[in-house]
Parts: sequence; structure tokens; C-alpha cells
Amino acid sequence: MTTDQLPDQQGLTTGPDPAVTVRDLQISTTNGTPVVDGVSFEIAPGEVLGVVGESGSGKTTVGLSLLGHARRGLEITGGTILLGQEDIRAMDDAELRRLRGSLVSYVPQDPASSLNPALRIGTQLREVLEAHGSTDDERNAARIAEMMREVALDDDPAYLKRYPHQLSGGQQQRVGLAMAFANRPRLIVLDEPTTGLDVTTQATVLATVRELAQAHGVAALYVTHDLAVVAAVATRVAVMYAGRIVELGPADQLFEASGHPYTRRLVGAIPRLTGGRSLIGIPGHAPSPAKRPHGCAFAPRCRLRIDECEVALPEPVQISPDHSARCIKALEVVKVEQSGLGDPVDLPPSDTEAPVLSIENLVARYGEIEVLHSINMTLEHRECLAIVGESGSGKTTTARSIAGLHHDWSGSIRLGETELAQTARSRSTDVRRQIQYIFQNPYGSLNPRKTVGESIGQPLRVFGLASRREADKRAGEMLEQVSLSASYARRYPDQLSGGERQRVAIARALISSPSVLICDEVTSALDVSVQAAIVELLGTLQRELGLSMVFVTHNLPLVRSIAQKVAVLADGHIVEYGETSGILARPQQEYTRHLISDTPSLETATSEVQATAQPTDRPTEREPTG
Amino acid sequence: MKWLRGGGIWGFIVRRLLLGILVLFLVSVIVFAGTQALGDPARAILGRDATPDRLAALQAQLHLDQNVVGQYVQWLSGLLHGSFGTSLASQQPVSQLLGPRLVSSIVLVVISAVISIPLSIVIGSYAALHREKKFDTIVSNVMLGLASMPEFVTALLLVILFSTNIFHALPSISPVPPGHRAWEYPDELILPVATLVIAVTPYVSRIMRASMIEVLESDYVEMARLKGLSERTVLYRHALPNAIGPVFQVTAISLAYLAGGIVIIEYVFNYPGIGSALVDAVTNHDIPVVQALAVLIAGLYVVLNLLADVATILVTPRLRTRL
Repeated sequence: MTTDQLPDQQGLTTGPDPAVTVRDLQISTTNGTPVVDGVSFEIAPGEVLGVVGESGSGKTTVGLSLLGHARRGLEITGGTILLGQEDIRAMDDAELRRLRGSLVSYVPQDPASSLNPALRIGTQLREVLEAHGSTDDERNAARIAEMMREVALDDDPAYLKRYPHQLSGGQQQRVGLAMAFANRPRLIVLDEPTTGLDVTTQATVLATVRELAQAHGVAALYVTHDLAVVAAVATRVAVMYAGRIVELGPADQLFEASGHPYTRRLVGAIPRLTGGRSLIGIPGHAPSPAKRPHGCAFAPRCRLRIDECEVALPEPVQISPDHSARCIKALEVVKVEQSGLGDPVDLPPSDTEAPVLSIENLVARYGEIEVLHSINMTLEHRECLAIVGESGSGKTTTARSIAGLHHDWSGSIRLGETELAQTARSRSTDVRRQIQYIFQNPYGSLNPRKTVGESIGQPLRVFGLASRREADKRAGEMLEQVSLSASYARRYPDQLSGGERQRVAIARALISSPSVLICDEVTSALDVSVQAAIVELLGTLQRELGLSMVFVTHNLPLVRSIAQKVAVLADGHIVEYGETSGILARPQQEYTRHLISDTPSLETATSEVQATAQPTDRPTEREPTG
Repeated sequence: MKWLRGGGIWGFIVRRLLLGILVLFLVSVIVFAGTQALGDPARAILGRDATPDRLAALQAQLHLDQNVVGQYVQWLSGLLHGSFGTSLASQQPVSQLLGPRLVSSIVLVVISAVISIPLSIVIGSYAALHREKKFDTIVSNVMLGLASMPEFVTALLLVILFSTNIFHALPSISPVPPGHRAWEYPDELILPVATLVIAVTPYVSRIMRASMIEVLESDYVEMARLKGLSERTVLYRHALPNAIGPVFQVTAISLAYLAGGIVIIEYVFNYPGIGSALVDAVTNHDIPVVQALAVLIAGLYVVLNLLADVATILVTPRLRTRL
């Protein structure tokens, strides 16, 4: 369990001197709608508290309030935030400035946009020291060099002269960490610092956070939507839903015996390395701040709902001394076995008679640089082939070459018997119809000026397959097929959530009855519960419609739930290729083993699976002990 | 196409200058073709005295008897040798005629720029920092009003306000006598400069405001505040350098516009710059002068845009390190 690797927290969490105490925190919009309500927790020195929730749950707002900061349009309206004995809410601007960056520091979500593009990283590191009274240049230089080494970056002065855009995402985030630890703070707020990093970088960043927090006795609040990440880094976890903490307790208890139905569903939505389980999303979505119900905010989506739930807000129920949940049925929920959710997926065997797509000796270049070296793979009929790798491994380039979006490639890509031209433009309409592409970012891939119905119907009209009326009718059917109602056709993309947009993108790809569907990181911009729902949908569609699918992802556990076959890419080479269950269970290559062990998941975090261990197919064999 | 890259900022400048010369060459073709449409200069000069004999003599003197391409080549080679030809109206060399006027115009534009650019940056930044407060609302509306007024209206309003019965404080026209320099008559410069400042400031300050708001909302400015930096440092070190890039571009376009667009203002104030020279030259069918001015103004556009691009690159490390 996680506690094996971490210092004993039992005495600290209930001890007399927490590093941070938050009591009954209230944050509202400036026109009075509560956004965060009644949030209370403590963090001990050296402890990492994970705060988990979907987008809009108020987790970042809570994190920022620990620095006495509220974003534009929000204000902290009630409660106390104590750092040691000092009340942050009572501080004036000058006191807050002294606090920020020295006693409490912040690591932002997106390092690329949080480092100033016009300043060298050395300057940005130095100013956080200078702003807090350390003006001795030599001492500062020594401290910066020390910090750079601690976050495993080059401490060479030439490196410090670089600009942020000259660093990779992982390096940028480590600069952010160095900045946060520079003044030896007592508390660090980390706001999804690993979102957007690939698994290997994510693993080193997580390890760095854990080590630094322990080594310096720093309390840390780790905000994320990814339960698997929390399992890897946090000792205790607070689950937030609609602005409240619905469950708070030690990480291992929370994952194995959660007391709130929402936590249960979240845990059920995490892809498992061991399982090959179907993922189950949570139907519906969280209410927006102005529309939160009187009683339990999760009640409308809860399968265990009783009338009492909607009468009044449930008070926290103590499950054990340091584990509580805001659910009137908490004591019953705890007893239900966690493994009851998510059936093992039964992936149909692929039909090896006639490959739909065969790729031979694919070599792709960007300018002078060769990014793919002789890739060979085949996609059988009714099969899902996952392409897995770190960022820069060439997985998206492979997908784009297949679709004819990347032009500079040589080799052979055949669709059935047809040899494909390099560019989509020079392919026949029928070939273009047969290969459909779903993009990573549903916010960018739908035309904001077109209604959803127009976007979905467009391929039919481009390919001349249907009249306008016919296209509208088919668009409606497609929306139903991706579990949206046909009435969505009249909406515009900005009226939809991220998950809904991705469903629309899927509907648009399906309307032209493709024979190959290419999914390029389609879930990486989405919350875990939404990701589960999308994967569930894709799996169902693939089985029902007999689709062949190329599924590009960096998320290995996800592959387990959807793909029969997997190709592991590293630096433009296929390092491993074959049946998913075999490769994940018995990786032959060091690279694959690393990729598996670096992927945060409940299993790796709780040490149930070592990278080299052999997980079984049947989830029932790993019964939770809680 | 390797020569298109590399060489750092100087390589970039050299490439852009070469492109600029190409642009000017194309402009010279268009200008020359355009001025052909003004009619026969010889006939325009002679007016009613145009007897066939005198017409033929003058056409020979002006090389109008050659074909169009020959005339163009002759004119172009003159340009390359720094000779703009001889004014038809005054019979002086064009360069001698336009030299002092060019200086006067440049004085006018430079003073206006030196006042309006810092003014716009301050107004725009202040409005962005106090977004949707009183100052921002008032200034935004006033600027919108000023931007919607044609320059000659602004000029006339200023004249009415400061040079007539209301306040008889400033001269209403600025006829710098020949042989004198514009800066020897500072009071005559005030109203033309004020008009130009009022013409340019609304645009530049609005861009500055928009750009500053975007930067103030950015993650790195929030991060700078969360590092505990003083508001001063946040503003001067983190926000301004990132916000100012777009301003260079707008300033360049505005200044280039000023170079050509001061025609009306110079005319209203009777100010002896290239603008009024252009008006006179067109009226007199003084084709060599019109041609010279058109090429000069095009050259200004090229140089100002180059300067703005270089400035933008210098303040944007992402662009600078790519060169």
C-alpha cells in the first residue's frame, strides 16, 4: 500500500500542529452564487492531500484560496484558512504578497502557459527569491542551482538562460516545481501539474513531488481529476462534488471501500491494467453552481437514491476515525464490494481473413527529420488496434499518415486492396469516406458557427450521399446512436460539455459508415468519468457496427478495456506488437515495462502489480480487502 | 531555399530589405502606369498655348516621343541614380523641391509619433488595469468618438476652438516660410501635431488595451502574482513586454498612414510638407513630382513595417530564437 513508502501519517493528521487548517470555507461568485461550500480539512507537514473532482467541482478554487487568491468573478466569503496559526483570510495585500511564493507556493496546471514566454527561466527563478528578501546574487545563484538539481534539471548557467519554449513540457513543469520549492515553503498547492505530460514524465514529476514534500516536511495539496494519479502521490484524499467535499479519508481506504456512491463510480471509471474491464461512465453531469439541488447534489445521478437524499444536505458520516462521507447510506455503501462494478470486457476475436488496413514499411518525415522508421502493422476486420507511446514517439504521425493528413511519407498503406495516395486530397471520395478521423480536442474540432446537426450531416453532403433533408434525418439518428438526443442537432458546440462534443465528433465520423475509424487521443482532454463513458460508447459501437478502429493513446490501462491488439511505439520504431493481454501481462521489452510501471493506476500505486508481474484477466481474482 | 533562413536578426533584415526593393520595383511600375493616365504632360503644361510645333518640341524635351517602356526605363535609371527628374511646374530638380518639404513632414510625423505612442501605451494599459471602471468607460467612449471623426473635422474643430474667438491662442495656419525649418516655428506646429495625435491615439490605445487585458488574464501573470511579486514587477516585467508586441504593428501601420494621410491635414493648415506638395503636383499635372512622392511614400511603408517587425521579433524570444 502507499503507506509503505511514506512516513507514518497516523500521528500527524490528528496531531496538534497541522500545517494547514481549513474550516467551513465558503467561496461565491461576486453575485452571490456559492461555488465552494462548507469545505473543511487539515494537512500535516510532509503529507500530500489529494483533492479529486470533475471539472467544475471547485477543486482549483479551493487550492487557490490557500494562497488567499480568488479568480476574477469569485470571492472568499466565509470560513477560516489557517497556515499554522496565521489566518490567511485576515491578511492584507502586502501580507499576502509576503506569504505567496514563500510560505505557500503554487504549481500551475499548464506549465507552458504559466511561465512567462518573454523571460529566461533563470530570471523567473531568481525573482521568486528576490521578491522575498533574498537579494544576495551569489547565494541566489547557489540556491537556484541546488533547486535545479533537486528537480533533476541541468544547473548549468547556460541552461538557465533558456526561454520556456526551448524546454519540453516535462522540463517546464520541473522549472515550475523548482520555483515552488525555492523558498522552502510550508505548503504547496499543485493544480493538476501532470495533465498534458506523457506517462514517463508524469511519473518523474510525481516522484519529485513526493520526495520533495517528504524531504522538506512540506504539506501539499494535490488537485487532480485523475484518481490514478492521486493513488500514486497522496496519502489522504478529499473527493469533491459540486463545491463540497463528499468524502475524505486515507487513500487506500477510499479506493477499496469508499463510502460515497460518487467515489465508487469514479473508481469504477478508472481503466485497470489488470482488469480488461469495461469502463462505466457516470450518466448525467454535475449541476452548475446556480442549479445545485437542496439535498445531496449527486442524488439525481445516484443509483442508490432515496427520497430522503433530496430533503436536506447529508451531514458527514464517520466511517472510521479519519474517514467520512457525506451520504446517509455511507455505512451501507462501504460494505458493498468495489469489484461489483465493471464487468470484464469480452472483446470479440478479430477476424483474420482479410485485413482492412495493412501498413508496410511506413517511413514518415518532418522536413529533414525522419520521425517514423519502417512501421509495419495490420488492422483486421472488426478489430481495434491501439497505438501506444510517449509524446514524440510518432503515434499521431502514424495515424495522420493513414488518414492522409500528414503528407511526407513513403512505404505502403493499403485499405483492403486499394493502395492509398499520400494526401487525403489526392484520394478518391470513397477512400476518404471509408477512413474517418476523430481528433483529440473536441473543443477545436467542431466548427463553432455550425450547429451540431450541420456538422454531423456535412460528410454526407460533401460526399454527395444525401440531400439536405436526408442528411438532417441521418444526423438525428447518429446523435441517438451516440446516446445524445436528436434535439441536440439544433445546438451549437459551445452549448455542449466536452464529453458531449466528443460524442458529436464520433457521430460525425460514423455517419459516412466508415470501414476504419481513427481515434487520436480522443479521451485525453476529458474527465475520467467522461473518458469511461466515451470508451464504453466506442467499444459498444465497434462491436455492434463491426467497425475496425485505430486507437491512439498514451494511456495503457485504457487500451486494456478496448483493444485486441496493441503496437507500442518508441522514437518512431515499433518496439512491441501483438495481442493486448499478452503484451500487458508479459512485456518483452524494457521500454514497455517502463511504460507500464510509469502509468499511474490504482494497481501500480498500491503495488498490486509490479511492472513485471503477470496480471490475470479475471478481475474477480483481485478482491479488495477493505 | 536555405538562403531564406538563418543569419540571425541581420539575416532577417537583409532578406526583408531585398523583398522591400522588389516591392518598390513593383510600386514603380504601378506608379508609372498610373501617371500615364493623367494625360499628356506637355499638353497640360502648355495649356492654351499648345500649338503643334511647341507641343512636339516639349514632348521631345520630356522624352515623351519615346515609347512607354523606354520612358519607364529612363525614369527608373534616374531613380536608381538618385535623380527624380525635373519638376514641370517649377523647372527645379524634384529632389531639391521636395527635400525641405520632406524634412518638414518628417518633423511633423516624428513629433506626433513621439507624443502619441507613449500616450497610447499609458492610456491603454491604465484602462486595461482598471477594466470596466470609470476611467476605462469614459476613455473608451471618447476614443471611439475621436476615431470616428475624419481628420479634417478634428483639424477644423481645433482651429475653431484655439484660433478663433473662443481662445485666440494659436495660429490657425502654419505656413512655414520657404528657407526656414518647421521647428523654428513651434507654435505653428501645435495644431497640426495635435490633429495627428488625435487621429492615431485612439487606434493604438485600443489595441494596447485589448492586448494588455489578454496578457493580464494570462496564466503567467496570475502565476507572477502567486509568486508574491509586487504589482509593479508584475506590470513592468511580466505584463508590458508581452503586451507591447501587437502595438508595434499597429503603430507602424498608423505612422505609414500618417506619412500618406497627412495630405489633408497639411492642406488644412497650409503646412509646407509632402502632403501639400502632392496636392499641388496633382493639380498642376506635375508628373515627375507625383511619381517621386508615390515612390517615397511606398518606401516609407516598407521601412516602417520592417522596423515594426524587427521590434516585434526583438521583444518576442519565441520568434527571436527561431531566426
